[in-house]
Amino acid sequence: MPQLRMTGRGLWITVLLVPPLAFVALFIVYPIVAAFAYAFFDWNGLLRGEFTGLANFHTVLFVEPYAGWTRNAFAHNVIVFFALMVLQNGVGFLLAYALWRELPGARFHRVAVFLPVVLSTIIVGYLFKLFLHPLFGVVNISLRGMGLGFIAQPWLGQDSTALWALIIANAWHMVGFPTLVFLAGMQRIPTEMLDAVRMETESEWVKVTKIVWPLVAPSATIVFTLLFVGAFNWFELPYIMAGLDGSPYGSTDVLGLYFYRTAFGNVSSGQQDFGLGSALAVLIFIFIAAIASVITVRLRAREIQI
Amino acid sequence: MSTATTINYDRRGLLGTLGRDGLLQIILVANTIIMLMPIVIMVFSAFKTTPQIFQSPFGIPDFGNVANFVKIWTQTNFLRYLLNSFLVTGASMALILTLGTMAAYAIARYEFWGAGFILMFFLAGLTLPLKLAIIPLFMLMRDLGILNNQLSLIFVYTAMGLPTTVFILTGFIRTLPSELEDAARMDGASEARIMWSIMLPLVRPAMVIAGIQNVVPIWNDFFFPLVFIQRDNLKTLPQGLTTFMGEYTTDWGVLFSGLTLSAAPIIIIYIVLSKQFISGMTSGAVK
Repeated sequence: MPQLRMTGRGLWITVLLVPPLAFVALFIVYPIVAAFAYAFFDWNGLLRGEFTGLANFHTVLFVEPYAGWTRNAFAHNVIVFFALMVLQNGVGFLLAYALWRELPGARFHRVAVFLPVVLSTIIVGYLFKLFLHPLFGVVNISLRGMGLGFIAQPWLGQDSTALWALIIANAWHMVGFPTLVFLAGMQRIPTEMLDAVRMETESEWVKVTKIVWPLVAPSATIVFTLLFVGAFNWFELPYIMAGLDGSPYGSTDVLGLYFYRTAFGNVSSGQQDFGLGSALAVLIFIFIAAIASVITVRLRAREIQI
Repeated sequence: MSTATTINYDRRGLLGTLGRDGLLQIILVANTIIMLMPIVIMVFSAFKTTPQIFQSPFGIPDFGNVANFVKIWTQTNFLRYLLNSFLVTGASMALILTLGTMAAYAIARYEFWGAGFILMFFLAGLTLPLKLAIIPLFMLMRDLGILNNQLSLIFVYTAMGLPTTVFILTGFIRTLPSELEDAARMDGASEARIMWSIMLPLVRPAMVIAGIQNVVPIWNDFFFPLVFIQRDNLKTLPQGLTTFMGEYTTDWGVLFSGLTLSAAPIIIIYIVLSKQFISGMTSGAVK
């Protein structure tokens, strides 16, 4: 790299760096810092009031009905995270393994598995909402057609199935992402290493758990972190498929909806509170940052250096 | 990429291999059907009338029947939403690639105090969702006077796109040899001239990857327009779609053709450029 010899070069570097830094500072760093500050004030609608210390945090964590809503939404996020972990990342790993074998048509399957990923969540949400319509949706029509009419349900209309319908829609939408990240990890495994294992064992299971998995762990770190972050600020899909209230009966309420509703109000309750919303945002932020770093550290530790 | 790893490396013999590969093949085919079926039904339904959709949801339609599309084109704001999406996405991408290349070039090619810190600054908040900072962002846009203005979207998307872009481009530029630039310097070319004429053509492949990684989330974003944009003629496609779906709740043919029309641009581009799309969108996670 050239040393800075001319004074003009310092100016040139400044010209290159200042505009991009300004964007990141103004529209990412400042809002994130400000979100923390906002949480310590009482906000009457859009206007800032008194400094209230930890009162907003106390309210969303311990004062009913807020505390109950927080617990309910958080519990749903936990379910969503673990369900997607199995459905999306588990199936993704299996599909990656199948694609890795380069069976006939592998290229076509690879294109197909990633196709839904490029669609917007809004399209996916409406698509599944129409498919799951209790009377005219293709899901129930097919079930009745196959003589399985007794399984047909108002999938989105009852609290026992609504959250699971959203989870399945999300898994369908995003399964291609972990699949291709895992596949890329597998393709980087050196052939010699697999040949060596072949001499030692003929068990497919041993090969996957002792060689393939530890070697794709770096990809897994990113996939798990992104899934975790995504699951705990899940918003668009429940908003489209179930509504801002997390209907029916709050059975699809998640932290993202609850946060948005608290901050920007909702038609039925009319509540709008920037202080409580910011406190919720800060709690979700801290939780995501803490767990995401744990995932990164734990999985990195399992990694084998090639 | 070692494709050789896929040759049979077990000792179970032909039958074992056939059995296992057969199972994997079945899994792949079943999965592909599950992935494509909803999209096929969506496209088919776009060409049907509402009664046809209810009576034969899987039937192949008359593709000459474009009444639903005509209705959308002539009776809704769909075209407006589409143009808005092009405008916002295009402007954001232009800013992201210009500013991202500027920053990455400065960080990767010059030695100066604080370069490491500046790179860290760009990477900060890479995993933290900006959605959760929406309240201060909303206030900021209000104070800047750009609520209900597409500039608010363009600015947020640009800022969101810069971290990955700077990360990808910095890594790429560092791998490029600097002899060409040194030679140009000897010949007396200005720094700006060196960046424009020598570096820019070389860095294009990485710009394509950075571009793809950003264009899909920006094109598909729903959250920021939901908060920043209220006026109907400024809405982007995903946001406009909610208005539209609300209007035609009983006309399912029109609903499906609206979804099909919204999905078509990105599906077509994806099918044509699937290889670049896949490597572009997963490259950040493969490191």
